[in-house]
This record gives sequence, structure tokens and C-alpha cells, in this order.
Amino acid sequence: MIRIENICKSFDGNVVLESISHEFYPGKTNLVIGRSGSGKTVLLKILVGLLQPTTGKVWYDKVDFSTLDKKQVREVRMQVGMLFQGSALFDSMTVEQNIKFPLDMFTNWTTKEKLDRVNYCLERVNLEGVNTKFPSETSGGMQKRVGIARAIVLKPRYLFCDEPNSGLDPKTALLIDELIKDITYENQITTIVNTHDMNSVMEVGDNVMLLSGGKIAWKGNKSEIIGSDNEVLQDFIFASPFLKRLRVAALEQQKTKEGKK
Amino acid sequence: MNFNLFYHFGRYVSMMGQALTKPEKFSMYWKETVRQMEAIGVGSVIIVVLISIFIGAVSALQFCYQLDGQLVPMYYVGYIVRDLAIIESAPTITCLVLAGKVGSNIAAEIGGMRQKEHIDAMEIMGVNTAAYLVTPKVVAAIVVIPLLVTIAAFVGIIGGYLASVPAGYLTDMEYMRGLRAYFDPYNVTIMYVKATVFAFLITSISSFYGYYVTGGSIELGKASTNAVVIGNIFVLAGDYVIALLLT
Ligand SMILES: Nc1ncnc2c1ncn2[C@@H]1O[C@H](COP(=O)(O)OP(=O)(O)OP(=O)(O)O)[C@@H](O)[C@H]1O
Ligand SMILES: [Mg+2]
Repeated sequence: MIRIENICKSFDGNVVLESISHEFYPGKTNLVIGRSGSGKTVLLKILVGLLQPTTGKVWYDKVDFSTLDKKQVREVRMQVGMLFQGSALFDSMTVEQNIKFPLDMFTNWTTKEKLDRVNYCLERVNLEGVNTKFPSETSGGMQKRVGIARAIVLKPRYLFCDEPNSGLDPKTALLIDELIKDITYENQITTIVNTHDMNSVMEVGDNVMLLSGGKIAWKGNKSEIIGSDNEVLQDFIFASPFLKRLRVAALEQQKTKEGKK
Repeated sequence: MNFNLFYHFGRYVSMMGQALTKPEKFSMYWKETVRQMEAIGVGSVIIVVLISIFIGAVSALQFCYQLDGQLVPMYYVGYIVRDLAIIESAPTITCLVLAGKVGSNIAAEIGGMRQKEHIDAMEIMGVNTAAYLVTPKVVAAIVVIPLLVTIAAFVGIIGGYLASVPAGYLTDMEYMRGLRAYFDPYNVTIMYVKATVFAFLITSISSFYGYYVTGGSIELGKASTNAVVIGNIFVLAGDYVIALLLT
């Protein structure tokens, strides 16, 4: 479990996050949603310690992250996998070398064991036969998936994904959502996903937190979304007129069902 | 350029403190070190040879010109070229050139990794990035640069020969006699001390400028320039300090 307590972050007086407190549970896909620029990436980077919060605390299970020294931080991080918004693949290594890198660095496995694990991870993200390609030779969506494969290769206990399915076609996006959900459930890991894809929210949102104006505008899970009358949430999820009409239709259907009972 | 010296020095010390810790996986560091040795060493042989041959040639000609018609015997040319190469021109000029070639390369490589979030990605994996990115470069340079300097010294002496003997300033025998005259092995020690210290300065300073780069491509360009300029200044300052201490 990861818990944050009163996180505030400002850059030279420009406040991005204002007193955010929340809990992220193991075995669930915890989503952080919000419009572009709402501070999702900043929050994620604070969670993993790449940015220091102006004030506030991050707890990994019982450990206060800010009290750890560099060596202890590294020990925690060996259990962390992260997909960056820009994928951050090492561009002078092939796809295979990228995914193998954490294995090379932290395990004493044989080459065969490593390759098997790499191929298994590639299979899970629905990518095969790209082992020898360089990141620059693959599409943006493929890079995202390689990034995910690299993040899960060491079986992390905490998984962070910054917009895992932006830039993917709806079908692959769904597949990635399912993958993240499955891995999270199988290994009971704590997964935190940043997204502004409403499909993901409705599919895998077990524990959703909506950021708006630096504050938490709404918390809940996917089944509470349609019925909620939180305006910021409705505005965010059902952004287009088409989706707004869909929501109204869904609500009416619910009502008639309840009426029949 | 920001002249907040203590701030920069503090960050440099902190980075090097992180860098000089136990590697998480020796084989990975070794592989990276070998790659760096190849990049720094093999990649620099030609330029080092070219430069040393000219420096040797120019210093020989210069002394032939100065000693001509004086009481000093001509074989002194060989003696002077030799010691000049060993004590000063081989280590210092080679390292000034390498500070440009290797320094800008290292700063750009590490700086690019910083900007593209590669360093962050490694940090998240639990890698000690200061160690993994800096130590192999420093170690590789400390091994390879003294070798380059050795080559530079030999080639410099050959350059001196080629410039002076065929031109008839002195005979083959005289040049050889000069090379053997008043040889003090201690000067070779000085040469290797210089080469090692400069290798450390060049690689650690350029790593530092790359590691803490922020912003975009303009800043990356600046970091690369700073790595070279500051690297050069420190090589020359180091040269002075070593001369002061060891001679
Ligand atoms: N290093 C930084 N320095 C200054 N301001 C920053 C920095 N990083 C982020 N910000 C600011 O913080 C705010 C939130 O940025 P963030 O990247 O977290 O948005 P986001 O929610 O991830 O958006 P997107 O969905 O587009 O990725 C932005 O207004 C941005 O300008
Ligand atoms: Mg973002």
C-alpha cells in the first residue's frame, strides 16, 4: 500500500498540487485522472521520489519515504517498476536489451533464463518479433508497450504507469488496461496509473482519484461514476456532447430498471 | 555560467561520493568500462599521434633554430625534445586535446540521458546512476589515457627526429646521443602522475556537467562547452600544481 499525506508541490511559487492525501491499495488498479496539466505526472514523480514535495509525506507500507537515505531508497526502488510518459527507453539499446537491462543489473540468472523472461514479458504486452529493433525503429505505441514490459520484468511490488495507453489504438489500449489489471491482481501489487482515457477509467478504475486545480476533485470507483453528480467529474469523463447523451441514456435505463423492480 | 562555486563543488563532491561506491553488479560495470576504454582509447589514437608528431617536430625545429651557432652542442636537441615530450607536451597537450574530444562527448552522452529521462528510468530501477554512468568512464580513462600519453611521448620524439635530422640540423648519431643523455626515470613518473590525474579530472568534470544538465538542447550545448572549458582550466591548473609538488 502507498499512502500520501498532505502533499503540496509548487515550482517557483506556481502551485501545482495542494495538500493531496490519498491511499493506493494493493491488488487494485489505482487511477489518477485529470486533464492535461493537472499535475498527474508531478504527483507520480513525487510518489517515486524523482521530485521532492514542497511539504507532505509518502509512505510505502510502513516506511516513510522521506526518511530513507540513498541506499535505502534504491532498495525500495528495486521493487518498483515505472512506465514514463515518454517511455524513456534507452535509445542505443535494442528492445531486448532494454527489457533485459534490469535483469542484467540485478539478477544472477543465466542468459537463457533472462531471454525467456524477456520474451514472456514481450508476449504479455502483445509484442513479438521486435527483439532486435531499436526504439527509434518502432512506433510510439510499441515503445509504450516495451516500456511496460521493462517495468514488469523484475516482478515489481509497486507499478507506476504514466499514461500507458495514450497513443494506442482503442483495441491495444484495452489490452494494455487488461494486462495491467491482471498483473496487479495476480501478484497483488500496488499499481498506480495516470490516465485521461475515459475508457480505462470505466474499465479498470477500482480506486479513482480526480485531480483538478491542484486538488482532489473526486474519489471513488468506476461504478460510482455514472451516478455521481460531481460536476468536475462529469465534465471530465463525459467531455463530448456524444458521451453526455450516452450518460443521460444510461441513467434513464437505470431508472426504468429500478422502476420495474 | 553560474559562478556559485561552493554550490557546484558541493554537487560535484556529492556525485563523486555516490560514484565511488560498490557496484551493484560487477560484470555490468566491467562491460561498460571496456566500452569506454574503446571509445576513449582506440577512438583517440589517431588524433593523439597526429598532434604529438607535430608538437615534437615543432619543438625540435625551434631548438635547432635557437641553438644553432651557439656553444651548446647540437645533440642537446634530442635531449630537450625528449624531456619536453615526457614532462610537458605528451601528458599536458594530449590531455588538453582529450578534454575537448572526450570531455564534450561524455557531457553530451550523460546530459542527453538526463534530458531523455533515461537517468530517471535507471534510478527507478534502483541503479546507482552516478556510479554506473561515471565510474566506468573514470576508470577507463585512468587506464587508457596514460597509454595514450606514452604513445604521444614516443611519437613526439620521432616527430622531433623527422623534423631535424633529414633537414640536416644535426646527424642521426647526435640526435640519438641526445635522447640517451641525462635520462632521469623520475620524469617518466611525473608523466604518469600527470596523465592519471588529468584523466580523472577530464572524465569526472565532464560527467558532472552532463549529469546535472537541465532544460533543452541549448543547455546541453552549454554543458558540453563548460565541460571542455572547465576541463582545460583544471588540466592546466593541475599541471602547475603537480609541477610545483613534484619538481
Ligand atoms: N519541472 C517543472 N518545473 C516547473 N513546472 C512544472 C515542472 N513539471 C511540471 N510543471 C508544471 O506542473 C503542472 C502539471 O504538470 P504535469 O506534467 O504533472 O501534468 P499532467 O497532468 O501530467 O499532464 P499531461 O496529461 O498532459 O501529461 C503543469 O502546469 C506544468 O507546467
Ligand atoms: Mg503527464
